[in-house]
Amino acid sequence: MEPIYVPFREANSFYRNLYDLFAEWSFWGVSPIPDWLAYFLAGFLIVFAVVNTVVIVTTIGTWVERRLIGRFQSRLGPNRWGPWGLLTPVADAVKLLSKEDTRPEGVDRWVFNLAPLVFIVSPLLVFAVIPFGKNTYIANLNIGILFIIAVTTVPTIAMFMAGWASGNRYSLFGAMRGVAQLVSYEVPMVLSIVGVLLLAGSLSLVDIVEAQRIPFILLQPLGFFIFLLAISAEMNRSPFDIVEADSELVAGFHTEYSGMKWGTFQLAEFIAPFGAASIITTLFLKGWDGPLLPSHLWFFLKVCFVWFVLLWIRATLPRLRVDQIMGLAWKFLFPLGILNLFITAAEVLVWETPTTVQLWAMVGINWVIAIVCLVAVSHLMSDKLSTRAPLAPFPVRVRRDLREVR
Amino acid sequence: MPIRTEPVTINLGPQHPSTHGVFRMRITFDGEIILDVEPIFGYLHRGSEKLAEERTYTQVITLTDRLDYVSSMSNNLAYVLAVEKLAGINPPERAMYMRVMVAELQRIVSHLVATGFFLNDLGALATPLMYCFREREKILEMFEMLCGARITLSYMRVGGIFQDTPPEFWPVLSDFLDYMPGYIDEYERLITGNEILLSRTKGTGILSAETAINSSISGPVLRASGVNWDLRKADPYDVYDRMEFDVPLGTVGDNYDRYLMRIAEMRQSLRIIEQCADQIEDGPIKANVPALVRPPIGDAYGHVEAPKGELGFYMVSDGSIAPYRFKIRSPSLLNLSALRDMLVGCKLADMIVTFGSIDINMGEVDR
Amino acid sequence: MYGLGIAKGLTVTLVNLFRKPATVQYPEEALPQSPRFRGEEFVWYEQRCTGCASCAKFCPLGIIKIETHPGGTNVQEGQSFAIDVFDIDIGRCMFCGLCVEACPYDALFMGSGFERGTYRREDLVIPVEELRQAEKRPSTWFRPQLEAKKYSPQTGQPLSWEEVGR
Repeated sequence: MEPIYVPFREANSFYRNLYDLFAEWSFWGVSPIPDWLAYFLAGFLIVFAVVNTVVIVTTIGTWVERRLIGRFQSRLGPNRWGPWGLLTPVADAVKLLSKEDTRPEGVDRWVFNLAPLVFIVSPLLVFAVIPFGKNTYIANLNIGILFIIAVTTVPTIAMFMAGWASGNRYSLFGAMRGVAQLVSYEVPMVLSIVGVLLLAGSLSLVDIVEAQRIPFILLQPLGFFIFLLAISAEMNRSPFDIVEADSELVAGFHTEYSGMKWGTFQLAEFIAPFGAASIITTLFLKGWDGPLLPSHLWFFLKVCFVWFVLLWIRATLPRLRVDQIMGLAWKFLFPLGILNLFITAAEVLVWETPTTVQLWAMVGINWVIAIVCLVAVSHLMSDKLSTRAPLAPFPVRVRRDLREVR
Repeated sequence: MPIRTEPVTINLGPQHPSTHGVFRMRITFDGEIILDVEPIFGYLHRGSEKLAEERTYTQVITLTDRLDYVSSMSNNLAYVLAVEKLAGINPPERAMYMRVMVAELQRIVSHLVATGFFLNDLGALATPLMYCFREREKILEMFEMLCGARITLSYMRVGGIFQDTPPEFWPVLSDFLDYMPGYIDEYERLITGNEILLSRTKGTGILSAETAINSSISGPVLRASGVNWDLRKADPYDVYDRMEFDVPLGTVGDNYDRYLMRIAEMRQSLRIIEQCADQIEDGPIKANVPALVRPPIGDAYGHVEAPKGELGFYMVSDGSIAPYRFKIRSPSLLNLSALRDMLVGCKLADMIVTFGSIDINMGEVDR
Repeated sequence: MYGLGIAKGLTVTLVNLFRKPATVQYPEEALPQSPRFRGEEFVWYEQRCTGCASCAKFCPLGIIKIETHPGGTNVQEGQSFAIDVFDIDIGRCMFCGLCVEACPYDALFMGSGFERGTYRREDLVIPVEELRQAEKRPSTWFRPQLEAKKYSPQTGQPLSWEEVGR
């Protein structure tokens, strides 16, 4: 009795073991679990485990994020609940759950209630195709990266649902900004991914990790740079957080939400950096591969590092204006992405199966091009982005010892 | 078929994260672009001018603390100068030095707060704000040593200051003068050269010198437009005529100039504080003034260069223990008068930043 | 070059990540307080008070309520008023300290604490009984004689009425 779900079954050994456990469990010679149910149960258990792991890691991540931002800002951060404040996420969740869920008059009820759910689906779905370690993944889709690109577009709809249904003008402004920004940044993001695809020769994330003889960040510096900016914009992180710019739009598209609906939006926004870090790790940092340590730990460490860098950027930079963000995408990242794509394509054409020496030659060429591009752009924009001279000098004087003054 | 569009009106405030209090603007947008701005004041009106008419001259000092509550010292100074002018009192030297010194410390506080919130309006997740508040805290600790309070200080009295400086104040001030230039350098490293800040602030919210003068704008906002007008130089009060300092001037009058202006003024304030600490001598701290001041019949106008601009108090005395008429010329209110000229045509995000760069305080706007 | 300013800013925040935080965790650790701090628990010495009500007159808000009757005795002045009521409504007090400045007999002092929070507005009135029985740690605000002794209300011993005079 060969099941029909062959590609999924063959792919994952852990999944296969679970499936076999259910399917071959017999009770006085009768196998009470039909094949489709065994398939479903095994799949459900794994997805349940992964989703909950992601959510739990994220809730701990919110604590780490708040503590780290506190330290970045020279203060302590939340440290009241539990040892070092570790239970703060629990306290937050209890508080959000027990809050009154207000709904303003005149909202579009169905759309208003559905928006948080639609919003949280996409960052969770990203983890469906990420290889967390050697032979550990939910699905080895042969179009994995395409799936990710498709899934990360879904929040656009959720944002617009929330913004439109709220009947609030701040929300509408946030939603409009969000749609414009997300749609624009899809283009450079895809362009930078295509460079990776050309080098790897596959759309499957598992294959991309295995194709990285050296991390693609070395081979694709420009692509990595574009992807980092684009993914920050995709998940509305600083400096691209115009969608919910708190100093301008109060809270953007979720201004009118309260209680756990608001909490769902926040949860999704806190999961998104982990998803982004996982994608960056997989595409550019050789995924789970690393010496000595187990592959899962390597993956986790790399994700944490990328996540920290995203956090660090968030803690430092001010926000761009909406037209500047669109300009950055179309005037700056888009041409660079095209350039990167052409260069990578030419290199792949010349060296179809590069030797190690040729690979390092590619690294050299690409880095030189990346730096030249950045310098050229900075020269183009130098009149706009140069600092002015300080207004008045501050001469240093020798001071009387103030301890003599009474 | 053309799309039918119409402008959107938003009531920005009185409850909004970045209106610095309870300011309200009725803004008409065409998409993100501002077509019209109508400021609406009065949500924090406490009737300070009327209250002052039934308080003695000493009691009014507590009201001036609450006008612009991030620069109480300057408010105190402007008020006591006005009363001294009205009553013909000459404060002793040491008191004048102390008053100049604390007023300059207060200017640093106010500019730190202004810079911090300006960058917060730019969306920098409160990090520069926290750094600014870290140093503000040091100055507030010094204020606590001097007068026991941190915000509502009531430090000055008619004819001097209320009590002499405690000896432990001087080492703290010395340390502060040592590390503060380094911290200002740190803020500059953090954000002045930041390309995002440059692209956000350069060329936005431009206030021309002519508009600024016509709208009777004063303080750093005026000087950022290139007008050399500083009451510390133009009409020196207390001991400012003995101080050597530069008046930094902007060139364009945009948000970036106003930001640079505040950084430069903080450095100049440090210079003045150093000179005060150099020159101050022992002596009495208060002129012989009775507890209930009874100025002769007449009127007087006292003004100082407060951190936000020219702060003036106009008082009419009828010879009793309380002012007959009391009028506050508050810089925050008058600096807002060119708001519409600065904002029309720019985007929502620039509007918030421009509003932040004017640095108003609602306690002073509505009084 | 484009990006150098951002990189400089990033180094500043990274340096601050490894610095000691500027804040402290309050209830466990408190920042040092100035002896001149104008705190909540007013210190009042009945022995020194003559019931002249200068403090009440100088208060800009009129929150000190004094009721007296003639026939009391004062240690300094001999015959004076006896105090029946001396209530301070710190719910409306703005801690300007003008009452302390007005007191000619050094009977009223600012307190040193800031933790007298209550759940009810009525409890914010400090009644005369509480003033009589409270531990007396006067602030040195406008009291140069205490400052000359280098008295600190935070670390020093409570003072009796003989020790606080000019």
